[in-house]
Amino acid sequence: MIAIVDYGLGNIANLTNALEFLGYEVMVTNDQKELEKADKIILPGVGHYKDAMNRIEELKLLPVLEDLKETKPFIGICLGMQLLFEHSEEGNVDGLGYLPGTVKKITGNVTVPHLGWNKLHSSFPSLDDDVYFIHSFKVHTDQNVIATAEYEEDVVAIVQKGSIVGIQFHPEKSGEKGLQILDQALKGGFKV
Amino acid sequence: MIKKRIIPCLDVKDGVVVKGIQFKGLREIGKPVDLAKRYNALGADELVFLDISATETGHALMIDVIRQTAKELFIPMTIGGGIQSVEDISKLLKAGADKVSLNSAALRNPELIKEASEKFGSQCICIALDAKWDAKQQDWFCYTHGGKKATTIRALDWVKKAEALGAGELLVTSMDYDGMQQGFDHKLLKLIQETVTIPVIASGGAGNAEHFVNLFLETDVSAGLAASIFHDEDVSIQEVKDLSIQKGVPMRIV
Repeated sequence: MIAIVDYGLGNIANLTNALEFLGYEVMVTNDQKELEKADKIILPGVGHYKDAMNRIEELKLLPVLEDLKETKPFIGICLGMQLLFEHSEEGNVDGLGYLPGTVKKITGNVTVPHLGWNKLHSSFPSLDDDVYFIHSFKVHTDQNVIATAEYEEDVVAIVQKGSIVGIQFHPEKSGEKGLQILDQALKGGFKV
Repeated sequence: MIKKRIIPCLDVKDGVVVKGIQFKGLREIGKPVDLAKRYNALGADELVFLDISATETGHALMIDVIRQTAKELFIPMTIGGGIQSVEDISKLLKAGADKVSLNSAALRNPELIKEASEKFGSQCICIALDAKWDAKQQDWFCYTHGGKKATTIRALDWVKKAEALGAGELLVTSMDYDGMQQGFDHKLLKLIQETVTIPVIASGGAGNAEHFVNLFLETDVSAGLAASIFHDEDVSIQEVKDLSIQKGVPMRIV
């Protein structure tokens, strides 16, 4: 059973669709006991960083997430990945701080949001396809990076530290390859 | 490098895909979910469903179309047509839409863009714009109701305002070029892309693969959209992508 953490932000219909298509049982919940029962945790998210952190605090999810991140596969997607880091410029607010790094607005001579299909670059040969991105802020870190994409500068696309995986793009919207990446993330991730 | 997107647009009326020629005269061409799957297999980077139903029953059928398609298809899907309120948007997103495109309702009530982007995030709010050149006033103006009603709002003013209110993307249709199959309206699209920093989807005028290549070589728009030429198989998405790559335009290959 996979638990998608429900903190009221973002559209989780298609994440649920993708997980069910892959054959997983899915529940969408913010109940501590339900989360503890799940085998794997997904922290989704679309929207504003500060709203997300506020909602997580209001729902008193911080202690349970803190505990779960060590004990089961814990996957942050899009804003959910950004929340794993220490701080964001968006709302100037601290994140969950599970991974070292910060989140900043995408700058430079490029269209913002970074929207569309972009190629993954990785030392893992299986991670070389085009995947679908849509985001205006990006992670700055030099640790735990599994894959990047190029958008004038590097965009951190996948990170992993132990049981924690972060995916900046939308694997549930990146075709067949995206589904494979999502499945691999749930099955322990990308490090051997 | 980010790829330029090729987007087939499916006009849906009462749950069935139809084809519009210069916004007039409709004929049926198939079941949305079947066409969506076909386009996915053929390499579409994204799909746009435009609901042109005139009735509540028709719009309700669209929800089923989205739900069914989203269970089988894992590429981005934008829904437009007849969206009036935050509640409408919420229903469509819950059914599985990734983005919604707002047109007439946003022009009538620009605050809807702000409300919707604050509630759901800018990334899922696309503003669709039907623009037509006015020779007398020497400018482009916005049209509503599927291109039937003229407004006094200038296209370039509107896109600036829409971006400021929180739009995440623009879908720009040139009514002058739509259905003519002579190429995209580069002049309009260039001006619009220079006015905003959000991505622009170009629509109206594609007749062959070269038209897409020229669009991407001559303007900075992010995507090209077409309907009839893909539905009639006059041009294949593969053909567009092959020629684009040959000419140095980055494309996603499936």
